[in-house]
Amino acid sequence: MIRLQGLSRRYSTARGTVTAVDDVTLEVTDGETCVLLGPSGCGKTTTLRMINRLVLPSSGKIFIAGRDTDGIDPVELRRGIGYVIQQIGLFPNMTVAENIGVVPRLLGWSTARSRRRAEELLALLALEPAQFLDRYPNELSGGQAQRIGVARALAVDPPVLLMDEPFAALDPINREVIQDEFLRMQQTLRKTILFVSHDIDEAVKMADRIAIFRAGRLAQFGPPDELLARPADDFVASFVGRDRTLKRLRLIRVREVMVPAAGGEGVSGPSVSADDDLRRVASLFLEHDVETIRCIDDTGRAIGQVSRAAVAARLGSEVVG
Amino acid sequence: METLSFVLHNLPAIGERTLEHISIVGVAVGIAILTGVPIGIAITQSQRIADTVLYIGSIVITIPSIALFGVLIPILSKIGHGIGWLPAVIAAMLYAQLPIIRNTYTAIRNVDPALRSAAIGMGMSAVQRLVRVEIPIALPVILAGVRIAVVLNIGVTAIAAYIGAGGLGTFISRGISQTDIRQLITGALSLGLLAIAADYALLRLQRRLTPKGLAVQTE
Repeated sequence: MIRLQGLSRRYSTARGTVTAVDDVTLEVTDGETCVLLGPSGCGKTTTLRMINRLVLPSSGKIFIAGRDTDGIDPVELRRGIGYVIQQIGLFPNMTVAENIGVVPRLLGWSTARSRRRAEELLALLALEPAQFLDRYPNELSGGQAQRIGVARALAVDPPVLLMDEPFAALDPINREVIQDEFLRMQQTLRKTILFVSHDIDEAVKMADRIAIFRAGRLAQFGPPDELLARPADDFVASFVGRDRTLKRLRLIRVREVMVPAAGGEGVSGPSVSADDDLRRVASLFLEHDVETIRCIDDTGRAIGQVSRAAVAARLGSEVVG
Repeated sequence: METLSFVLHNLPAIGERTLEHISIVGVAVGIAILTGVPIGIAITQSQRIADTVLYIGSIVITIPSIALFGVLIPILSKIGHGIGWLPAVIAAMLYAQLPIIRNTYTAIRNVDPALRSAAIGMGMSAVQRLVRVEIPIALPVILAGVRIAVVLNIGVTAIAAYIGAGGLGTFISRGISQTDIRQLITGALSLGLLAIAADYALLRLQRRLTPKGLAVQTE
């Protein structure tokens, strides 16, 4: 668990004191992905960098697993926290295996052990180990390099990952692919992740909870659906966008709004699976002039139906936990 | 023709002068690397100190070598080495400082800040960062500075023949005083060859020591 308590960072400039981060208190539970979201200059990156003490807080406390990080040697603290940055920062003088092995080496692992670990991680990230271990960073594409950046952060299996706009520099197609891979990986790894982003779509996709920042202050902190359904103020509402209802569709599964019904074989028309999200349902409603859509299982058997009314009721009323 | 026979008859002497020359340049550049690289790294910490050090370095390098020898003679006479090998080494070492310090400073300063940030964020200490990341990346540029220093010093050392330091400049100084064209040409040609050979050898070294992953960018 990571707990930020009354965290502030002030800078003195020629024109007086600037408060980059202003009294931020939030708690991220173990295995959760918390996205720090906001426009540039809102203090989200500064907040992140205070957690591994690249920036020192002016006031406030940070606790990781109950330990006040003030009392931990910064170098030691950082070795236990995975860190991924937008520019990736792979060391050009080292091979992929050596890059992944940086922290293991700092911790005194043998070369053989850290190479085995690198192989493991490459496989986990869908990169063929034999093909990549001995390449240099200048022989990698942007997407490959960013995967290596993630692998490097995971090298010693730290419980906490800090990710500073890790996928922002990638093209949209690559970004989607890496996000999906990362989500899949996170399902088994269950790391505690703080993830900085300025992209609401990315945040909705990646986050268990989103912390929206405005001018150094925490504007709202909650699950994506809550932010989208009930923005705390005009700033949050305008940041999440006027199409926030459309964004919510991604977060809701068909099974949550489906009315079960047995049989119904042979009925034609569009159908969805219970694990699809409502984006698919909504697009079918827009394409076909129907009031309900059949829901089928893997074998093609109808198991229920989704109605326009049920979707509207779901979006109109309560919030997905 | 006369020159050729002079060269052939004096091969051992030419070899000896060449070794003297190399010993002066080698020792001077060696000391300059041992001092200049740490200075170049240290001054990256403060823009103001860096400006001052580089300014002093560029003043030193503008002093004509013959004037510098002139200054060194009375100082080093106090310990009985006013002329000869020692003042030649000291002068050459001083001239070598600027290219080495400046290249080290520039190379370290130009290391991508993202790499520094990643290195710190991963828990490298300042020394580990320097040894594992910054110096390897800076190495090609530092070695380029060493090359400049060596070539510069081969020229400076030629003039040191006038203060009795030996070296290939001896042929030129004698050639002038004895109006002997053979010695002049011998000295000039062998100096030129030495400079070209040293530069080429260091270029090869520079390529070999360039980290593999950087090779594509520095070609």
